[in-house]
Amino acid sequence: MSVAVRSSRATTSNTLTAGKLPKGAPWGLLIVSWAIFVGIFLLLKASGTTADFNIVGALFFGTILFDVLIVVISMVVEGGRKAKDRLVTSLVTTAFIVTLLPLVSLIYTVISRGVARFDANYFSESMRNVIGAGGGALHAIVGTLEITAFAALISIPIGLLTSIYLVEYGRGRLARAITFFVDVMTGIPSIVAGLFAFALFSLFLGPAFRAGVVGSIALSVLMIPVVVRSSEEILKIVPNELREASFALGVPKWLTILKIVLPTSIAGLTTGVMLAISRVIGETAPLLLTTGFTTSMNYDLFNDRMMTLPVFVYTQYANQGPDATPFVERAWTGALVLILIVMALNLLARLIGKIFSPKLSRR
Amino acid sequence: MTATAERPTPTAPRPKATVRLGDRVFSLATVLSGSLILLVLVLVALFLIVQSIPALFAKPGEIPNQATNFWTYVGPLVFGTVWAAILALIIATPLSLGIALFISHYAPRRIAAVLGYIIDLLAAVPSVVFGLWGVLVLAPFIQPFYNTLVDHVGWIPLFAGPVSGTGKTILTAAIVLAVMCLPIMTAVMREIFLQAPVLHEEAALALGATRWEMIRMAVLPFARSGIVSAVMLGLGRALGETLAIAIVLSPATVVNVFLLTSQNPNTIAANIALQFNEAQGVGLNTLIASGLILFVITLLVNMAARFVVNRRKAFSGAN
Repeated sequence: MSVAVRSSRATTSNTLTAGKLPKGAPWGLLIVSWAIFVGIFLLLKASGTTADFNIVGALFFGTILFDVLIVVISMVVEGGRKAKDRLVTSLVTTAFIVTLLPLVSLIYTVISRGVARFDANYFSESMRNVIGAGGGALHAIVGTLEITAFAALISIPIGLLTSIYLVEYGRGRLARAITFFVDVMTGIPSIVAGLFAFALFSLFLGPAFRAGVVGSIALSVLMIPVVVRSSEEILKIVPNELREASFALGVPKWLTILKIVLPTSIAGLTTGVMLAISRVIGETAPLLLTTGFTTSMNYDLFNDRMMTLPVFVYTQYANQGPDATPFVERAWTGALVLILIVMALNLLARLIGKIFSPKLSRR
Repeated sequence: MTATAERPTPTAPRPKATVRLGDRVFSLATVLSGSLILLVLVLVALFLIVQSIPALFAKPGEIPNQATNFWTYVGPLVFGTVWAAILALIIATPLSLGIALFISHYAPRRIAAVLGYIIDLLAAVPSVVFGLWGVLVLAPFIQPFYNTLVDHVGWIPLFAGPVSGTGKTILTAAIVLAVMCLPIMTAVMREIFLQAPVLHEEAALALGATRWEMIRMAVLPFARSGIVSAVMLGLGRALGETLAIAIVLSPATVVNVFLLTSQNPNTIAANIALQFNEAQGVGLNTLIASGLILFVITLLVNMAARFVVNRRKAFSGAN
């Protein structure tokens, strides 16, 4: 009796699922192959062949083992076409996981090595008269904030006005040219922007001139196109009915833009601007050329060399003292602070965009 | 436009269009700032050219590295720049294709947006941090693999020895570069894949195609130009990347294709970053002139990429 029931159920399920792997099979296989290599690497560590347990290597080789296994098994059970499909699926998934590995490794390293000097001294001292251990990056943090703020001060009005031109006024050849070259400008190498700012100032003030403001000019060359592109996208989605209603009431165009279009899109504009800031705040190459580096505090944007956080990280690594440890530690902490600033800007920007954006649908 | 309306004629009295000062000023300001952007681009080229002229006509002996003239100085650097960028793209193109497909067609809908955000996080990491990671984490990690490669397949010219003991080779630099230009390439490809006509995809699936066959027949042909331009945008990024290369690579003035030795061709951008603060006189002009070459190369690549992309749809990496 029970035998008959089971066999009938087997035949009914056969018509649909015969020659197919069960649904959870790939995931199970992936976990099994990861487990195998985690086991192998643990054994290697236990036997003393490798010094550390290498989680990255384990996941990497585990994923490759999974790719091979799934194709072979599928070839046997499901046939050629399905096996090819499985192959591509696993390759695509592998590509994703392989890309996550550097990100995970990078974030893990920056945090684990950065916390060593993540202390009060780091945020309250400069590097003046510091030879070995100790010291801090206050001068670099102040420099970064000042230079980026001034760059934003230049870029935001120009970028916003340009995007308003492109959306509200621009027709014809000039608008097309601006759109095209703004796109092209997003691809200017940052070091070329630095060279431009340097060349501009050295024409008037000589090649030895270094100041924070030169760095701000270089950064704004990089920042303007980003601001233009993102604000343009945002201004485009402001509904035309709002403009027409305003015109119908006799409001002039410039007031319509100021009082209707901009307030409607202010959340999106803020998001775009903050993302643009977060993009340039980590730039190193242009600042290395234009603001130089120093160990002392300098609050004056228009005079003398100024340290910035990315350049601080670079110089700490590049010009190590006889005992390298404190220098490398300071570099890692600088990297951690930099990433924290960028992430905070990113998150804040997205939050602002989410919370304050006008609700278009009535719900 | 009200600003340009003509005066009403006496025969046909019409309400006079008001010429508002605010409108004039505002539209003029927007036009000016728009034109300013074009002006900046021209100025960038102009200043670089002006500062490059002394280097272009320099006599032998004035240029660093015992180069006889500017072109023999910049030649190896151009080679290094292009070579490193191509290596990076060879690594990054298949990966970003995979990631873009994974996010657009394979990942569950609910988490696809989150995964896209995670990849965008990679773009938020400053290049100096990538450099630090590349030299202090990746290079020591990968060096044993280089040993193995040279020992076993060293007869292939690419992998010829002697192996670098530090792992600071052009292959390591290219891997770091690849990770850095992945986000922009993925973003463009993802956008294009998502635009593939859904009806075509559903038709393919309805005819019994597997998911891969559906992608090959309905998605990839549609996205071909998008893929090309994504690769070119990535190339633009890779060509101009500075600090990661300057930190990771151990450079020499050579032209070779050996991936694993400690004698690596340097790139233009990294060379500028390393030499700039010690350079003076014609040496400085030489560096600026090499920057001009880099500017021209990336400008051409980017314009080509934008040309291909704009034929399809307005999409830029900036949003």
